[in-house]
Parts: sequence; C-alpha cells; structure tokens
Amino acid sequence: MRPTVPKLINILVPVKRSIDYAVKIRIASDGKGVDTNVKHSMNPFDEIAVEEAIRLRERVPKSVTSITALSIGPAKSVDTIRTALAMGADSGIHITVPDNTVVEPISVARAIKAVIEKRAGGADKVDLVIMGKQAIDDDSGTTGGMLAGMLNWGQACFASKLDVADGGKTSVTREIDGGLEKLEGQLPLIVTTDLRLNEPRYASLPNIMKAKKKKIETLKPEDLGLDFAARLETISVSEPPKRQGGGKVENVEELVAKMKEAGVLLGASGVNGDLRPRSTGGWGGKQGALTVQQCTRPIVVHWHS
Amino acid sequence: MLSKLLRPARSLPSRAIYARSFSTSPIARGVQEITRPAIDTPLSLWNFTEEENMIRETVAKFAQDVIAPRMRDMDEREEMDPEIIKGLFDNGFMGIETPTELDGAGCSFTSAIIAVEELAKVDASVAVLCDVHNTLVNTVLRLYGSEAIQQKWLPGLATNTVGSFCLSEPNAGSDAFGLQTTAKKDSDGGYILNGSKSWISNSAEADTFLVFANVDPSKGYKGITCFVMSKDMGVQIAKREKKLGIRSSSTCVLSFDDVKIPKENIVGEIGKGYKIAIEILNEGRIGIAAQMVGIAQGAFDHAVTYAYQRKQFGKYIGDFQKMGHDFAEAAIKIEAARLLTYNAARLKEEGRPFTQEAAMAKWYASTIAGEVTGAAIEWAGGVGFTRDLPLEKYWRDSKIGAIYEGTSNIQLETIAKLLRKQYIS
Ligand SMILES: Cc1cc2nc3c(=O)[nH]c(=O)nc-3n(C[C@H](O)[C@H](O)[C@H](O)COP(=O)(O)OP(=O)(O)OC[C@H]3O[C@@H](n4cnc5c(N)ncnc54)[C@H](O)[C@@H]3O)c2cc1C
Repeated sequence: MRPTVPKLINILVPVKRSIDYAVKIRIASDGKGVDTNVKHSMNPFDEIAVEEAIRLRERVPKSVTSITALSIGPAKSVDTIRTALAMGADSGIHITVPDNTVVEPISVARAIKAVIEKRAGGADKVDLVIMGKQAIDDDSGTTGGMLAGMLNWGQACFASKLDVADGGKTSVTREIDGGLEKLEGQLPLIVTTDLRLNEPRYASLPNIMKAKKKKIETLKPEDLGLDFAARLETISVSEPPKRQGGGKVENVEELVAKMKEAGVLLGASGVNGDLRPRSTGGWGGKQGALTVQQCTRPIVVHWHS
Repeated sequence: MLSKLLRPARSLPSRAIYARSFSTSPIARGVQEITRPAIDTPLSLWNFTEEENMIRETVAKFAQDVIAPRMRDMDEREEMDPEIIKGLFDNGFMGIETPTELDGAGCSFTSAIIAVEELAKVDASVAVLCDVHNTLVNTVLRLYGSEAIQQKWLPGLATNTVGSFCLSEPNAGSDAFGLQTTAKKDSDGGYILNGSKSWISNSAEADTFLVFANVDPSKGYKGITCFVMSKDMGVQIAKREKKLGIRSSSTCVLSFDDVKIPKENIVGEIGKGYKIAIEILNEGRIGIAAQMVGIAQGAFDHAVTYAYQRKQFGKYIGDFQKMGHDFAEAAIKIEAARLLTYNAARLKEEGRPFTQEAAMAKWYASTIAGEVTGAAIEWAGGVGFTRDLPLEKYWRDSKIGAIYEGTSNIQLETIAKLLRKQYIS
C-alpha cells in the first residue's frame, strides 16, 4: 500500500569517501594500513542510501522537503558529496579533517549527532537518517547503531525495503536467515541500507551540471564542538593467507570426488562423507559440517590443500 | 550490484580545477599557427573541470555495468541493443553539448570527447553511435540551425531520437564534395531530393537525418546544401552493410526517391553545406581520435591484466623484460595520442585554430590504435586470438579509425597543405 499524504520530511544521508570497490587493496609499507594513493569513490552502501532518499521523494511527490548529504573526511571528500548532489541530493555538509586522518565510527556517529542536534527545532530538523550498513573500507558496521543509541532514536538496520507513510509511520523489510523480517517504527529513525535495497542510478550529465550550483557547507570539527582524537591504535594489517589450489567442477559428484581426493571429507566429525544435496544454489561449508546444495551450473570451489 | 562490486580497476586522472587564461594576439606567420600565449600558471593537459571528471566517472560506470555485459553478443549479432540506446538518452549522453533549455546537458566539448573515450574503452560501436550523434548531428544543428530548427529538432535528439549524418555517397567518399544527390526546387518553394548515401552510421536506429544534397550542380560544391529530415519524410534503407569491425553500429546505404522537403528544413544557408561539412568534420575528427584512444586503452587494460595472471616458465609472462618494454612502448603511444586529442579539444574550446591538431590527433590515434590492439593480441597468445578475450574485437574495431571522417591519407593531406602554407614564400 502506498501512502497518500505523507509527512514532509528532511532526510540526512551520510556518505563516505572510501577506496573504490574495484581497486586491488595493497598493504601500506608500514604494515599499519593500506595504500590509500588509489582511486576513491562513494562507499557503495552510501550510494544505495542516497538512491533510496531520492526514490522516497520520487515515489510520493512533495513527501521529502530536503535531502542533505554529509561527509566527514579530507578535502577530497567534497567529490563524494558532489556525486550525491549529482544523483539528486539537495545540499551538502562537509566536515573537514586533515588528509589520512582516521575518523573512528564513534566519532562519525558523534558528528552526525551534532549535525542533527544543531538542526533540531528548525525547519530543517532531520526526521530520517538513511546510511550505509557499513563502509567497505573498514567494514565496522557500527555507526548506524551507535548513532541511534546516542540520539535515542529507533533503528532499522540492513533494510532491503523502506516505506514512509503518512504521519511518519515507517516500515522496513530486512533480509534475515531463511526469510524476511518486517519492522514498523515511527520517525525519527535511523535506517541502514543493505545491498538489495535498490540499484543506484548514474549521475546523469544534466544532473552533474546542476550539482555545480548546489550548496556545500564546510565545517570544522571544532565548529560542532567535536574532537576526533582516535581511541584505537592499529597495530598491524596483514594479507589473508594465500589461497592454494582451486578449480572448477561441473557437478556435485565431481565436487564430492574432488573433496574426497583432497581429504577434506574424511574425518569431518558428524558428517562422515554424508553429503545431503539440498534444493538449489551454491554450496557452503562450515567447520566440521558440510552442506552441499544441488547446483545446475558449473560451480567454482576453492580448497586448502 | 554485486557484480558492480567486482568490477576490474580503472585508472582515472586526478581531479584538479581547470582554469586557463590566454592572450588572443595571434602570431603573424601562418594561417594555422597556434598562438602560444604566456600565462602565469601553465597547466598540464591532465586537468579537467570537476564536471568533466564526474562525467568521465559516470560514463565509465555506465560502460562497465550496462555495455560490457552486452558488447560481445551485440558484436556477434551485429546489432545494437535498444536498452543501451535508451540508457545513453536517459543519462544525458546524447545531448552533451546541447543547451539545458533544449533538454541537453549543457556540457563542454571536452566532456563529449571524454564520454566517447570512455565508451570506446568498452565498446567502440556504442562510442561511434554517441560520437556521430553528438559531435556531428547535434553540433551542426546547434551551430548552423536557425532558432526554429534548434527548437524543433534538438530536444528530441537529446532525449529519444537517434541522428545520422549523411554526406558520403557511392561515388563521393574522400572526394565528398563530388556528391551527386540533388535537391531540386519544387513549385511550392520546397525541395525534391533524389540520390543515395553510403556507409551512413546509426541509420538503422535513426529517425533524424542530416542530408547533404546539391541544389544546383552547375555551381559545383557551392550548390551543396544541408537539410534536416525525419525518416517518415521518405528516407529508405537500401542495404545494411556487413562489416569487419564496429559491427553493432549500423552502417547502411540510404536512398531518396523524390523526397519532398520543406524549405524550413534547410540548415544554414543554401549553398553553404560544404562549409558546414568541412567545419564539422574538423571537430568530429577529435571525437574519432578519442574513440581510438579508448580502443587502445581498453585493449591494453585487458591484455596487460592477463599478462600478470598467466604464467609460463614459472613466472608471469608480463615479467619477461621484453614484455614489460612492449607495455611501456604501447603506454607511451596511448599517452601521446591522448594528449594530442585533449589538446585539439581544448584548442577548439578556446576558439583557436585546431584543424591541423585535430588531423594529427586522428591520424596518430588511429595509427597507434591499430598497433596497440594488434600487439595486445600477441601478448595474450592463443587466448588473444580467440573470442574468449575481447582483444580480437578491439583490433577489428580499430581499423575504422583510418577510414571514416577522412582517411589517414586525407589527414596527412590536410596537415601537409597547412604546413605548405606556412613555409612557402
Ligand atoms: C563504418 C563506416 C561508417 C561510416 N559512417 C559515415 C557516416 O555516418 N556518414 C558519412 O557521410 N560517411 C560515413 N562513412 C564514409 C566514410 O567517411 C568514407 O568511407 C571515407 O570518407 C572514405 O571514402 P571512400 O570509402 O569512398 O574511400 P576512397 O575515397 O575511395 O579512398 C580509398 C583510398 O584512396 C585514398 N585516397 C583517396 N583520395 C586520396 C587523395 N587525394 N590522396 C591520397 N589518397 C587518397 C584513401 O586514403 C583510401 O586509402 C562511413 C564509412 C564506414 C566504413
């Protein structure tokens, strides 16, 4: 059911400039981070968040008063904000930090909270925060939850569907193991986006040109009374162990044969080579227990020898 | 979306603000001599406006997500997927320089060049569709069309109607102004078109056609006039060519039998069609140069990535010194072609002479596109020769660069003539 006369809401979408998802990650020479001298772009989950905000507006005309993109990061983060504006956000806020500053999730949550509090009571008070469930660089996945806690707002994380109805009643669908979970809540709310919420649009050429004229407010952490001093120290960053071997099998029988050959089936407690084919899909293995699912297409399996 | 997350890396130029100032006082000697103004802070050619960088990014993304999965199949079927054409329109790639008031994007010429380059990295057929539509069809109407013509035709061309540029004929290729299509004055003041056109890009998908015809063959090329028309006025597709490369881009023979055209459809002045064609092809060549740069870079990216995955004699084939040096030489050629192309584009944008630079860019870029794509096949060995990798396609596609919008000989001819003017006393 689509809402008829929705409440006019202001949406805040935090967007992070992160290493582009297509870049091959390399460990930095000091072993305490990764090489950041590579292509960056908007964190893909944040792209989904921007897209969702725009879709809420498009779904019901005049339902959304404003969409603000907020980024905390070095000077170059302005590119990320500009991308959000070119997708369809109305204005941006940039909280600047020096290059290579690590802003921890708790600091990010505090910064977003500060922006929201600054606007509280005004015409542009924030009703809904749509944000990525995680950033693909540090994979913390904690900012949304912390922010909700700090603000004492409701939260709906990992949304695969979002609807805001008249009066601010909001429903969120989440993908959980084995099915879907539907949550209902009241604005104000924090929603974090899962991969399947939508497919973000491209910033079209006319919109790129329009974005040039949209306003970006630049703030320093001090302007909001914030201190981004790090609380954690990274001791070391290392590559995962190299995968050995690997190959392609055509069907389950061949897979089973290969696994027996590699010795991964023998001695797996409780399984004893008893492979139970299941419905469709790929295959999954857990320590000591193995599930093989029937597959109609060739499947790729990697194993440690 | 997941597949998007797994895309291979692309390198993009660093972002910087493009700002130029230059003196306009010409250096006396030579018609084509480019003034070389002194400026306080000269910038490299790797400088783009923020919008240009975003355009590059958005086109590259579109090419990876939407075109890459389809390009192989389109090449085999020799057909353009309508979804791609729709995507080009929806994202504003078909009205790049068209003013926003006429539903275009209102971007710079260099933006169009960047878009063509990025599309060609993935599929040269889509690139030429976009290139011809923007740099020839839209630009002719924008620069030479009356207010009424612009209002009538440009919004459609920016949002849903593909355009074709119809100059060449069976007996008029390099010698384009020997064209034989006639436009005879009708009793009601309009014109009646008769003749045929050859090798017309986009014509299977197009609905808007710019047609060059002679209103008075006794005047020779000074009778050539440009007309704009829609398909339903009587454009017939006589034959669709089967080609070596850019196979999903349609190339057809068109015929016109007593096609009535109202006089309002004349673009520019009667008898000035030759001028329009010369001027438009001058800048169009920069687009073809960009297409060739994209082809070379696309093949290079695929082949070099492969070379660092394939092992022989216990090491990556890319790690053999001769291979590394091959890559280096190819990279130099691509960089040189790209800089010639960007420089010609900026000269054009700055309103300075660029004919010679555009001809140089097109000649050089199409030459090295052939070399680099050919080498790329060899770098990948047997796999490079098969259709498992797109390298053979890049190589086939590269060949067209030396033929359309003036063959390589014609580019050399243009450059040589300008040099002669400069040196003859
Ligand atoms: C795929 C494709 C798409 C095309 N798209 C379009 C389009 O959209 N619109 C359009 O109008 N045309 C289009 N063309 C036509 C294209 O522009 C012509 O093919 C081109 O101009 C060459 O003309 P030609 O084929 O008649 O070759 P010719 O002129 O016959 O040339 C043959 C050879 O003779 C050489 N030659 C000719 N004259 C000279 C000279 N004076 N000095 C030295 N060498 C010379 C040429 O360099 C070439 O090597 C397209 C062609 C192709 C193949």
